[in-house]
Amino acid sequence: MNATQIAQATEIAEHPMEGLLRMDRIPHIWCSTCGIGTAVTSFAEALKKSTFPLEKVCVVSGIGCTGRVAGYIKLDSFHSTHGRAIPFATGLKLANPQLKLVVFSGDGDIAGIGGNHFIHAARRNMDLVVLCVNNFIYAMTGGQTAATTPLTANTSTSPYGNFEHPFNLCHLAESCGAVYVARWTALHVRRLARSISEALNKKGFSFIEIICPCSTLYARRNRLGSGLDLMKFYHDNSVIKHGADTRELGIEFQKKIIVGKFIDRERPTFLDSHNAWLKHRLQDKFVEHGGPEC
Amino acid sequence: MKADPKGVLTGEHYLDGDHACSEGALAAGCRFLAGYPITPSTEVAERIAERFPEVGGIFIQMEDEMGSMAAVIGAAWGGVKSMTVTSGPGFSLMMENIGLAAMMEAPCVVINVQRGGPSTGLPTLPGQADMMQARWGSHGDYEIIALAPNSPQECFELVIKAFNLSEQYRVPVLLMTDECVGHMTEKVVIPPADKIELYPRRYTKLPPSEYLPFKPGKDMIPEMVKAGDGYKIHITGLTHDEKGYPVMNWQAQEKLVRRLVDKIRLHEDQLLDVEETQMDDAQVVIFSYGISSRVSIPALQKARREGIKVGLLRSIICWPFPEKKIRELANKVKAFVVVEMNYGQMYFEVERCVAGKAKTLLVPHGGGWVHDPEDIYKAIKEAAK
Repeated sequence: MNATQIAQATEIAEHPMEGLLRMDRIPHIWCSTCGIGTAVTSFAEALKKSTFPLEKVCVVSGIGCTGRVAGYIKLDSFHSTHGRAIPFATGLKLANPQLKLVVFSGDGDIAGIGGNHFIHAARRNMDLVVLCVNNFIYAMTGGQTAATTPLTANTSTSPYGNFEHPFNLCHLAESCGAVYVARWTALHVRRLARSISEALNKKGFSFIEIICPCSTLYARRNRLGSGLDLMKFYHDNSVIKHGADTRELGIEFQKKIIVGKFIDRERPTFLDSHNAWLKHRLQDKFVEHGGPEC
Repeated sequence: MKADPKGVLTGEHYLDGDHACSEGALAAGCRFLAGYPITPSTEVAERIAERFPEVGGIFIQMEDEMGSMAAVIGAAWGGVKSMTVTSGPGFSLMMENIGLAAMMEAPCVVINVQRGGPSTGLPTLPGQADMMQARWGSHGDYEIIALAPNSPQECFELVIKAFNLSEQYRVPVLLMTDECVGHMTEKVVIPPADKIELYPRRYTKLPPSEYLPFKPGKDMIPEMVKAGDGYKIHITGLTHDEKGYPVMNWQAQEKLVRRLVDKIRLHEDQLLDVEETQMDDAQVVIFSYGISSRVSIPALQKARREGIKVGLLRSIICWPFPEKKIRELANKVKAFVVVEMNYGQMYFEVERCVAGKAKTLLVPHGGGWVHDPEDIYKAIKEAAK
C-alpha cells in the first residue's frame, strides 16, 4: 500500500449531514432505535434540498426527548421551556418576518403542556412549520401517559393500561386552521422529507406528525419487541391515504396507522392579515413592521 | 444612542400611569408587545395596540401569560426590543419564562401593575405584595432588576430606564407599579427624542468563527447577536457553557449561575437609585416605594411640624436592594419605618440590613386602598420615642 492508498483508506468520510449538525455535540443522547434521529435526518434532507438561505432558518424546541433536537441542528436554534416552543417561535417570527421558523418538539410538549399555544397558533395561521414527534408517551421522564397515549396501552403512570381518550393531532390541527397537515412514521423517511420540504415552502401554520418508536419505554412496557419490530409494525400497518378525512385519523393501540398528506390549503397568515387590515384601516399612517435597530 | 423620534410623543400630556408606561416603551424603542388582558394593566397594551401600527411595531394578544413571556424572549432574540405587561395572577404565570429570560440573558421588560392578592384577590384595587415574587418568583438562583415608579411621569421615565438596564445587564427588568399609580392621571412631560438617551443592544463585532454567545466581557456581560445573522447560535434554558451548549455538571453550574448572580450583585453601586426627602437631619427614616411613598409624605410633614426629625428614603430601584445605603444609615439613625402595601416584604430586607442597629417598624396594609397617613404618623411617633 503506497502513501496515497493509506491516506485514502484512513480518511474518515464526512457524515452526509455534517454541515447541518453540530458535530461537536455528537454522540447525541437518544437511545438506539429511537425514531427522533430518523426524523432529524429527514429534516436535514429537506433543508439540503431547500433553496431557502440556511442562516434564515431557526429551530425552536421545547422540553423532552425531541426537545433536544434544537441542540443538534446547526442553525440558529433555541431550546425553550416545556410547551412554549410555539409562542417562543411566534415572537422570533414576528420580530423578524424574514426568518423561517421550525418548531421541532414532541407530543407531550406540543399537544400536552403546550396544547393551548398549538391551537391558537393554528387559529392565527402563524407562519411556522411544526414537526411533532409522537412517541405516545412522556419519554424523557420515564414513559408516563401522554395526551396521545392510545387507549389500553401501558405506561409508567397507567400500569393497568390507559383509559383516557387520546388526541387525534391531525384532526385538531385541521380544525384549528392549519394550512398543511401530514403524518408519517419514522419508517417513511423519504416521504417525510418531501412533506417537510413542502411545509418549508408553504406560508402559514404547517403541521407534520411523525409517529416514532420508543423501544426503551413504550415498546418494552407494552411488550412490542425491539425497535426493529416497531419498524416492521409500521411497515405492515401503515396505510397511505392522501387527503383522508382527518376525523378518521385517530390512532388505536397496535392498529393500522393512516399516513399521508391530508390538508394543503391557503389562508392568510397572521402577518398577512395584520399588514393588510391595518393598511386598509390606517392607510398611509400604517408603518409595516421594521422598527429601529436596538 | 438617541431615541427614534417616530415613537416619541414630545410635549405635555395628561396621562394615567398605564398610558405613560406605553409612551415610555415607545420612546425606548420597544416594538414588540405580547400580552394577555388583565386588570389593572390592560390600558398599557390597549394604548400600544393603537400606537404600534404607526411606528412599525407589532402587538399580539397571546392566549395566556406563559405564551406572552415566551414570545417576548423570542422577539428579543429576533432583534427587537420587547416587553409584556400584566398583574398578579399573570405575573405568577410568567415566572416560568422570566427564569428562561434570566438564563438566556434576553433583554426584555415586564410591567406588573400590582393589585391585591393572593389569587384573584382585588382585581381593580392596589397592592404591593408581589415584591418578593419579583425577586424570587422563578425557580433557581438568578438576580433581577426591579423598579418602582410613584407617578405617571415616573412611569414614563422608568420604563425607558428599565429598557436601558435590560440592555446593559442583559436581564429581564421588572417595573413594579401598582393600580393607584397605573390609574392616577397627572401631567406627563415627554421630552424631545434627542434628549432621551438609550442603551444600544450589545451586539458583537466578532465574526461567527470567534463568537461565543455566553463568553462574558470584563463586566461579566456577554455580547449578543440576533437570529438570522448567520452565527448559528444555540441558546438553551439548560445549564450551558460559553458556547451555549448544555453541560450537566456542578462546575458548569457554578460558572454560569455564579455569573448570572454576580453580574447584578457586583454592580449594586451602579444600580443604587433612591430618592431622599428631608434626610439630612433625620433620626427616623421612612423607607417606602411606589404609591406608599407618596402617602407617607403627609405623615412626614405632620411629624416634622411637631419637631420630629423624620425623612423619607424612597427606593426607585427596589432590586437589587439598596443594602449599603440602609447599612450606612443604620449606624446614624434611630429607627426605620417601612411603609408598604403588604404584611412585610421589603420590611424584612430593611430589618436584615439594619441588623439590630436601629429600631425597625412596619406599617402594614393588605392592599385594596392606600395607607391612612395617620397610621404612618403614629408609627413615626412610636419610632421617635
